[in-house]
Amino acid sequence: MSGSFAVFVRELKLAWSGGGGAALPVGFFAAAASMTPFAVGSDTVALQTAGPGVIWIALALSSLLPMERLFQADLEDGTLDAYASSGIAMEGVALAKTLAHWIATGIPLALVSPILWIMLQGAPEQGGIVAVAALVGSLAFFFFGSIGAALAAGMRRGGLLIALVTLPLYVPTMIFGAATLDAAASGADWVGPLMLTGSAALFGIATSPFGAAMALRTALD
Amino acid sequence: MLFEGLKLEVSAGESVELRGPNGSGKSTLLRILAGLTRPHAGSVKLSGTETEAGLHYLGHLDAVKPAETAGEQARFWARYFGRDVAVAKAAMKRVGLASREAVPGRGLSAGQKRRLALTRLLIEPRPIWLLDEPTAALDTEGRALVAQLVEEHRASGGMVIAAVHGEGFPGSRVVDLATLKARA
Repeated sequence: MSGSFAVFVRELKLAWSGGGGAALPVGFFAAAASMTPFAVGSDTVALQTAGPGVIWIALALSSLLPMERLFQADLEDGTLDAYASSGIAMEGVALAKTLAHWIATGIPLALVSPILWIMLQGAPEQGGIVAVAALVGSLAFFFFGSIGAALAAGMRRGGLLIALVTLPLYVPTMIFGAATLDAAASGADWVGPLMLTGSAALFGIATSPFGAAMALRTALD
Repeated sequence: MLFEGLKLEVSAGESVELRGPNGSGKSTLLRILAGLTRPHAGSVKLSGTETEAGLHYLGHLDAVKPAETAGEQARFWARYFGRDVAVAKAAMKRVGLASREAVPGRGLSAGQKRRLALTRLLIEPRPIWLLDEPTAALDTEGRALVAQLVEEHRASGGMVIAAVHGEGFPGSRVVDLATLKARA
């Protein structure tokens, strides 16, 4: 137990050192949303219609960006050998690393999402709902992404494989998350879809450490 | 198939040198013993207290993080193994890195990285050490340090299985994997 917690603290520190690991995903997220008016036009209704979908697609793709390096560096420098041979459960390592990276990158993504929502002509008073939905959604995206990250850890240029494996797993979260924002924008009940987004996140947290650990053990073999 | 027909029994206080040309399976055997690689056939058995006390595996990769300072990495391993961080400082001093505490991993030489990896052996006492060419990249003084650590470990009832080239450790049993391969 002390092992997984130590890994969690270490990953959190490493994610923030060296320029902050969140800069690229957050920049990508903001850029994707701010490009939208140029692509769909500045018409308010058009932007409001596109808003929820654009935010969720951008959030999903931004969450994929940190995945390539999630386990790869540890595999390349021998850290995973040291973890695995010391008797610690790899499930704990996968959980600790994914959670630390979500805190370092997923939370900043959720924090900027209300700004993007307003840029896409969403009502400012719904900004809180957007942030909470993005917080829950990015949690699901990071944990499902960790399975792809573990599978591709032993490969050079495994990014494409990560996207291929992970994007289908993102679909339920994407549907429920976008439905939450649609409902909030149209004044309908948004709690139901948000709960479903949350259940997708819980499912990801509960299952993905096992899948990731299995893939990591194979990568070490 | 790298080798077959290997039967090796190591008891407390013993050290074994694995020898053989490059590619003869020394590293693979160590990874099998560490539980990282599954053998094609055969098994590894630990008896008595070793099962819970565990082992240390030092591969040819040093598990050094470029962005983290040497001192922070040693303290990380102390916390990882549930030890007091004071043991990390003592271990750093023992391997001759006391003055390098604040240097990030990327600023360490290959020999210093190896020394940093050796601190894991000192931070958490474990009965079995599996060392893959532990003296690679080390200077004369560093090689003497490793020999001394192995000696002390054996004296306290530990066991060491090391892949070596050149100079080995005094009083160790030698297992030559090249002779096994010839039978395969």
